[in-house]
Amino acid sequence: MSQDSRPAPQIGPSPEGVDGQGFFLTTVEKAVGMARKNSLWPLPFATSCCGIEFMATMGSHYDLARFGSERPSFSPRQADLLMVMGTVAKKLGPVLKQVYEQMAEPRWVLAVGACASTGGIFDTYSVLQGIDKVIPVDVYVPGCPPRPEQIIDGLIKIQELVQSEHLGRRNSPEYKALLASYGIE
Amino acid sequence: MMIEPILASLQDQIVKTSNSYGMTEIEVVPSELVSVVQALMTHPDMPFTFLTDLCGIHLLEPTPRIGIVLHLHCLQTNTRLRLKCFSEKVDSPTLPSLTSLFSGANWMEREAYDFYGIQFVGHPNLCRILNEDGLTIFPMRKEYPLEDATRQDKNDSMFGR
Ligand code: SF4
Repeated sequence: MSQDSRPAPQIGPSPEGVDGQGFFLTTVEKAVGMARKNSLWPLPFATSCCGIEFMATMGSHYDLARFGSERPSFSPRQADLLMVMGTVAKKLGPVLKQVYEQMAEPRWVLAVGACASTGGIFDTYSVLQGIDKVIPVDVYVPGCPPRPEQIIDGLIKIQELVQSEHLGRRNSPEYKALLASYGIE
Repeated sequence: MMIEPILASLQDQIVKTSNSYGMTEIEVVPSELVSVVQALMTHPDMPFTFLTDLCGIHLLEPTPRIGIVLHLHCLQTNTRLRLKCFSEKVDSPTLPSLTSLFSGANWMEREAYDFYGIQFVGHPNLCRILNEDGLTIFPMRKEYPLEDATRQDKNDSMFGR
């Protein structure tokens, strides 16, 4: 194939704005939303079988990196998105909460699988009945386990939330009240 | 070397001897547990020096009782022995700790405490090992219904069951 016949690179849609000769006008909020949406750094918190599906999702075949999540962050301090995949025992609840507390704002949480969402089949004394008992969750992905396509679908839902989030949200009284209801500073 | 003469020499401390699943099984008087295990462990011809397993057990029949099951192994003669010991008090079972003989008994006894609430007298650090510290029950005791209808931590309104 000669160089000239290569397809032109695909460029994603630009946010709403005024397009003119040599300039483009939009709001800071929209530009920031677009930038954040396409550079989410996920922190995988994989505890059991669903984590295996995440490994497939992160691998070359499904390739989560296509959506800007090139770099899984194993330090919560540098992560934007907490992906909880798997059964969380009650004993692990405080650990999960601490990981969440260590993340810098803005932060999002994706609960992957029946266990992380509701406790799943482990309807028992030792298992946390959904991680939303200890931290706020933005998107739930159903399935036991969900296929990688579903995890990607969940990530895209997160991206929509990230893009449309207004800049003042994290300082709003509603958000503070939400965190306070979980006992998070 | 046979195990029967050894057990015969300990017969005052043994409640009963039987054989099941291809293994000799003895039930020991609780107050004599440490001395029996020590005698088996230090026997010159057949020293049971290896503690394979220690776990809790709750039997309802013929009478309710809580106890432990030990599996001992003599590596010299490749002989295994199952040893049971029950506490008389079901509400607050108490048994002597074997940590003075086997260091490996430490975590196994913590597990038995965690799930059955057995107090091991002489254990250096008897606290929960697998469950969360705040748990108020001993979950493997056969005293709970399979499902507690009054539990609050399951949200049925959104997801159902
Ligand atoms: S939801 Fe199913 S696959 Fe996922 S962690 Fe729970 S049991 Fe495993």
